[in-house]
Amino acid sequence: MKPKNLYKTIAAFAVAAFWTIGTGAEETLTVVSFGGSYAKACVDGYHKSFEEETGIKIKLEDYNGGLAQVRAQVDAGAVHWDVLDTESAPLMIGCDEGVFEEIPDLELPAAPDGTPAEDDFFDGMIFDCGVGTLVYATVLVYNSENVEGETPTSVKDFFDLEKFPGRRGMRRSPSGNLEWALMADGVPSDQIFEVLATEEGLQRAFRKLDTIKEHVVWWETGAQAPQLLADGEVFMTTAWNGRIFNAQVVEKQPFVIIWDGHIRDYGALAIVAGSPNLENAKKFLQHATSTRGMVGVASHISYAPVRHSGLPLVGKHATTGVDMQPHMPTHPENSKNFLWYDIEFWSEREDELIERFNSWLSR
Amino acid sequence: MTAKSKSASSLIVPVGLLLPLIAFILVTFVIPLGSMVVQSVHDREVADVLPKTLDLLSEWDGASLPSEKAYETIAEELVVSRESRSTGRVATRVNRIKSGTRSVFGKTARRLERIESTDLRSTLIEIDKRWEDIELWVAIREAGREYTARHYLHAVDLERELDGSIHLVSEDQRIYNTLYLRTLFVSLAVTVCCFLIGYPIAYAIANVSDSMAKILLLIVLIPFWTSLLVRTTSWLVLLQNQGVVNDILVWLGLVGDSDRLALIHNMTGTLVAMTHVLLPFMILPLYAVMRSIPTDYTRAAASLGANPAQSFVRVYFPQSLPGISAGCLLVFILSLGYYITPALVGGTKGQLISNMIAYHIQSSLNWGLAAAISVILLTGVFICYFIFDKWVGVDKLKLS
Repeated sequence: MKPKNLYKTIAAFAVAAFWTIGTGAEETLTVVSFGGSYAKACVDGYHKSFEEETGIKIKLEDYNGGLAQVRAQVDAGAVHWDVLDTESAPLMIGCDEGVFEEIPDLELPAAPDGTPAEDDFFDGMIFDCGVGTLVYATVLVYNSENVEGETPTSVKDFFDLEKFPGRRGMRRSPSGNLEWALMADGVPSDQIFEVLATEEGLQRAFRKLDTIKEHVVWWETGAQAPQLLADGEVFMTTAWNGRIFNAQVVEKQPFVIIWDGHIRDYGALAIVAGSPNLENAKKFLQHATSTRGMVGVASHISYAPVRHSGLPLVGKHATTGVDMQPHMPTHPENSKNFLWYDIEFWSEREDELIERFNSWLSR
Repeated sequence: MTAKSKSASSLIVPVGLLLPLIAFILVTFVIPLGSMVVQSVHDREVADVLPKTLDLLSEWDGASLPSEKAYETIAEELVVSRESRSTGRVATRVNRIKSGTRSVFGKTARRLERIESTDLRSTLIEIDKRWEDIELWVAIREAGREYTARHYLHAVDLERELDGSIHLVSEDQRIYNTLYLRTLFVSLAVTVCCFLIGYPIAYAIANVSDSMAKILLLIVLIPFWTSLLVRTTSWLVLLQNQGVVNDILVWLGLVGDSDRLALIHNMTGTLVAMTHVLLPFMILPLYAVMRSIPTDYTRAAASLGANPAQSFVRVYFPQSLPGISAGCLLVFILSLGYYITPALVGGTKGQLISNMIAYHIQSSLNWGLAAAISVILLTGVFICYFIFDKWVGVDKLKLS
């Protein structure tokens, strides 16, 4: 056996070992998503209606993002995941690496008023290997219980320990933090990545991070950020807006989001290359990325639709009745100053910058 | 029947009995481990996609831009790679050697499909200026090597320059050597802490009445049966700034409300939580050995005039040594591979080398580098084991 075949055999073995065989005659589709309140929002938002309308049963699995598991399945030729909920950078890299099906001619449903999908979707939200589903934001948050007098309002305040003493929560990763460091150092949002691409810009960002380094508590999983804030461990933290929405509305925490300078990214659905249920997976993508599907998610968690027709249809939260519009990252009030996550920059420089970031952390 | 064939046939039964175990270990341990070791030096992904280009580059001097023919060949092979959907794999690998080059390949392959050109050098440079960069070509040549030591160099913070000389990477990129040393330090510290706490407990359990011993053992075992995550996060609740320990200290007036102690997200947190998690691995072998130490010897020592301290140091302690070495070896080697606990409670200074292995396996997908770090760590474990063997003797290990 040649080494390459040997790896494949081993990988196939490993995958098969974890593979619980699906049920018999019933048609099923394995959809893999991020778990937690987000996956629940998707189930209520469009999984249920899909099952009712097509009779295809959805088997939901959780993962932590990334491409490792998908790549292992595709390399081993033992694909048992059909649809993957993913983010911008893995979608792009995975498409280049051939782990996602190319679906350029997938027909997407038109808007309720008949506008064709190409015009209804936000620019650049239909990809060779997937379809955009939502916009989410990484934001700065504080707990209003801990603030007396003046409240923080900007990225500058996050880095200002004199005006707002107290510890800061940040994700243990360079992406986001480097951009914010430059923003706080006075670089306008539209020039951040230009500056970051240079060695001087990088040094400048790390120097700015140096000023708060001793006061930072680093978090790694999405659930940690609201927890740190609720426990009073940090005065302010960076966090994903959906998690904070959940804490605010469902758990009634007095958290306040600073929308100024938030970083935006999109989520997307893709089909794993070699999926045994390709046709059903396509149907699922069509259903999930319809206006109705996107609005369904947005009525459970504060992630915004990526169709023009979807935004105005977002109404009240399904269980608490809270008006969802002001919580959307795309709401005009929240969109005054923000930055798009730069996929090209991060997919090229992430490996290098994570090493540099870890080296910086350990000094 | 000759003596030889007799001994051979007597081997059949024990070997037969061991067969399921051997098969199990082979499939779940030896083969995956072996393939990991191979991955740390071997990768033919790029060589498979760009064979002709690499052939041409093997004769290239590396000082001036490659020939027109090299541009033609790589253009051809990139277009083919787009059909087989392997462009990204080449891009990922070259990008690891020269950061900031990933998009060159996808972009070029996509554009080339629509372009008919004879002067491919200028066409490629027109598509992306980076084709003019000699370092990109050097990186392609490097990524194309089927057998390479670069993962091992990378794993000890070294790099090879264009001219072939090897030296340390720039200071703000160095990380792995720091982490090996830190992992070693944390493992030693946790072992010492476990020993200092575990020895008296094991002694107590071994020397109280049976019913009391059962209760004490249960107290040791219940946390042992509890999920690692639960125990780690409980320390978070206890030790954090607004946590139970700090609250009590403030209530007692030992520290002011404004200067609560930083007990977690630092080295203290890592040591406390890891010591707690690994304590049973120290207590259980110690207890097993101590229970088998007859009380007659210490009594004899006492009757011969030794005071309690003397009889402990000179009679009891030496007899418990096999338990100490078993416990210390277990705790030390387990600590070397720990990463969940340090990741959760360790904060900035809490990352250990295993965290980097997990990162390269799960996120960066650089399995070659992860394999190289693992092999280095494994070698470290073997070295510790041999030092231990020379010093204490593995045959003296006793678990009961």
